[in-house]
Amino acid sequence: MSLLEVKDVTMQFGGLTAVTNFNLHINNDEIVGLIGPNGAGKTTCFNVITGEYIPSKGSVFFEKKDITKARSDQVTKLGIARTFQNIRLFKDLTVLENVLIANHLNVKSNLFTAIFKLPKYQKEERQMYEKSLDLLKELKLERFKNEKSSSLPYGLQRRLEIARALATQPKLLLLDEPAAGMNPQESIELMKLINEIKEKFNLTIFMIEHHMPVIMGVCKRILVLDHGLTIAEGTPKEIQTNPKVIEAYLGVETIA
Amino acid sequence: MSKKVITSLILILITITLLIIAQNNLDSFSLRILNLCGIYVIFAVSMNLINGFTGQLALGHAGFIAVGAYSYSLLVMDPQLKEMNFFLKPLIAPLNTVHWPFLPALILAGLMAALAGFLVGAPALRLRGDYLAIATLGFGEIIRIIFTNTQSITNGSLGLKGIPAPDKFLFFSMKNSLMWWVWIAAIITVIFHFLLIDSSYGRAFKAIREDEKAAQAMGIALFKHKVMAMVISSFFAGIGGALLASLIGTIDPLMFRFLLTFNILLIVVVGGMGSISGSIISAISITILMEVLRALDQGFMGLPALPGLRMVVFALLLMSVVLFYPKGLMGNEELSWNKLMNLLKKPLLLKEVKK
Amino acid sequence: MTLELFLQHMVNGISLGSLYALIAIGYTMVYGILRLINFAHGDLIMIAAYIAFYSVAIFSIPWYLSFIIAVLFTMALGIMIERSAYKPLRSSPRITVLISAIGVSFLLQNLGIVIFGGRPKPFQVPELFSKVYEIAGVNIVSITFFIPIITIVLLLGLIYLINKTKVGMAMRAVAKDYDTSSLMGIDVNKIISTTFGVGSGLAAVGGVMWSMKFPQLIPFMGVIPGLKCFIAAVVGGIGNITGAVIGGFLLGLGEILLVAFLPELSGYRDAFAFILLILILLLKPTGIMGEKIAEKV
Repeated sequence: MSLLEVKDVTMQFGGLTAVTNFNLHINNDEIVGLIGPNGAGKTTCFNVITGEYIPSKGSVFFEKKDITKARSDQVTKLGIARTFQNIRLFKDLTVLENVLIANHLNVKSNLFTAIFKLPKYQKEERQMYEKSLDLLKELKLERFKNEKSSSLPYGLQRRLEIARALATQPKLLLLDEPAAGMNPQESIELMKLINEIKEKFNLTIFMIEHHMPVIMGVCKRILVLDHGLTIAEGTPKEIQTNPKVIEAYLGVETIA
Repeated sequence: MSKKVITSLILILITITLLIIAQNNLDSFSLRILNLCGIYVIFAVSMNLINGFTGQLALGHAGFIAVGAYSYSLLVMDPQLKEMNFFLKPLIAPLNTVHWPFLPALILAGLMAALAGFLVGAPALRLRGDYLAIATLGFGEIIRIIFTNTQSITNGSLGLKGIPAPDKFLFFSMKNSLMWWVWIAAIITVIFHFLLIDSSYGRAFKAIREDEKAAQAMGIALFKHKVMAMVISSFFAGIGGALLASLIGTIDPLMFRFLLTFNILLIVVVGGMGSISGSIISAISITILMEVLRALDQGFMGLPALPGLRMVVFALLLMSVVLFYPKGLMGNEELSWNKLMNLLKKPLLLKEVKK
Repeated sequence: MTLELFLQHMVNGISLGSLYALIAIGYTMVYGILRLINFAHGDLIMIAAYIAFYSVAIFSIPWYLSFIIAVLFTMALGIMIERSAYKPLRSSPRITVLISAIGVSFLLQNLGIVIFGGRPKPFQVPELFSKVYEIAGVNIVSITFFIPIITIVLLLGLIYLINKTKVGMAMRAVAKDYDTSSLMGIDVNKIISTTFGVGSGLAAVGGVMWSMKFPQLIPFMGVIPGLKCFIAAVVGGIGNITGAVIGGFLLGLGEILLVAFLPELSGYRDAFAFILLILILLLKPTGIMGEKIAEKV
């Protein structure tokens, strides 16, 4: 079944066209990768899907619903969560608080029920804590729960971002360079983690990654973006041997 | 009962005991300062909610305080008093005959300020950072200018005189009922804010402060939550304004210049943005300090009287806090037993190490 | 309304507008480079006015010398304020610097009360600026003409400084990106000081002209012009000098014409600036000439 459908999206900033006629179709239960050289427009695609940007042209559908003009909080409520390329945790807050905040969108109690801690809210609050702690346990972050999130080492901060995204109970998870700055060992763990959470939470995953081993190892299908244009799409094997892709990454060989 | 609840109850009891002692021992001048402290606690804590916890630099507090002060005064003054006040232009129809008791007037004052907060916040909170600061500052001034010019409602620049203070606390006649109202209101304000910050909504506010984009990506509707914080903040500003009117007994638009907003902002910064206990400590000490410094203006220790010297010293003190203690007294942490104990332990530990 | 009267209002509006513009430029320059609302800018107007006043009244030096002294002193003061109150906070959150600026403004006003006294002082306007001319049946004081002329001259000088000189190029670079500029060998601190000096100098000229237009000095005289000129800078698009000029004129003309055409609203004269501000911010949040800056995600 089709989960996400991006149709002919073009994104312009003033005179600069960041993405041209981007098309994407993601089915339930897939892991799709997006690669491309720096400045190819990958994060812009993410921002269009998550409602950060409204595309200049084209439209985005999630579960057949038009979300082209939805705000990013509305998009998250519908079931698309994301992580950020340049980790954006709530730095001054604890690890647990970071995850609890991601539960807020599902809180049904109104402001006053919450402030005066009426039974309905107390129950919700208890469930929130339980769920958050479970998540932290799942991602092996439990023992840091009361640490300030900015005090975590880099790799764990990335992991916490994933935990936080999962707490919003998404159907589709967008990962923006989750392996950036990781050593090979950490990358292998990350690949395992991505596969695990996919199974455990019934996720569909769309990820941007520079780290070829990770993307080749995890994704079944890969899109390649260069200068805002989709230059290739296919299985990891096909991508690896595609001359256009090689050219985009290595440049054209000029004959002297 | 949890440890938190017990500590809070003990603190409240201590406050009440202190108030009883104060009521029996302080002269009227000191009592007035005590009440002013309570009112500034309300101002600072409520301003901290929007500025410190939600991270929205809103500078319209004086405007909301003015709305509260005027609404309250117009409701509690009796018709005869109103006629005496409005000798240039009579007060308009329904207002000239209303005469409400204290508590309903106080609450309506808060609600009116909350409404003003909503009307200001709805457009202004679409802006961010410095732009929000200037827009809210502008709205605050506009409120004041409107009050100066709507003579048949506010009596214009003549202001209102003889605003009555409550003669009873709930149903009890007290020596100083206003003191009880002020401090019970302050205690309720503080508890309310602690509970709010501790709730899921409070966490959402803090998330917005930390990183708006990330908060939104977590499904938090930014605008809705900012407006929420603004409305609550202005409600309490209105309550504080009403209490201020009944303490001073005279109000005029000039009292609510943005100087008032700055005073409160400075209290909040000195106490620590995002710390309720910091705001309380800072509000009380700065209010007292301002009164103590009054001596400077009248000349002391052989110095000649120099009007303005008080504010110079005050400004210098604040500058040094900002320059050398930019996070304020408490940063964004709350005072707790553990921290106090740690503070006490530290010097002891150092001594031991030296041995 | 007769044509004469209308002309009179227009002339007044242009004169007030150019005064606002001159002061607004200082705000915009400082904001452009430090991203700081320099609340003390308005109080520099007051300081300059008092210096000019005292150097004539006490040391009885000629007025033109006193004006120069006032401008130089204010420039030095502006640089000093930056060094002592803003520079130590370069890496602090914006709000801390903003509060420091409010603190400086507070301090200057109250020092004003302590040193100059709270009572209003009449400013001696030199004869050259107080002559009344009758032109086409309209009576106009000569200062009304001098203000726009001086503003234009200074503005041209400033545009030259920013666009044609090395210092100006450095200023533009620092405004775009601190770190890169310092990597390129620009002494960022020196450039910031220069910017403050120039901005404060403009405020001083504005202050002296202000006190010739409204010849009464009090220590709080800088607050309202300060606020309004800041608004002018924001309306025009803060950080943009052309914007500051447009904003200043819009505000000056708007105020005068509001009072002229709707005298019953004259009590709202000071609110005009704020209402204009809010309308502009809501319609075009970065001001008339401002560039849209999107946050990178």
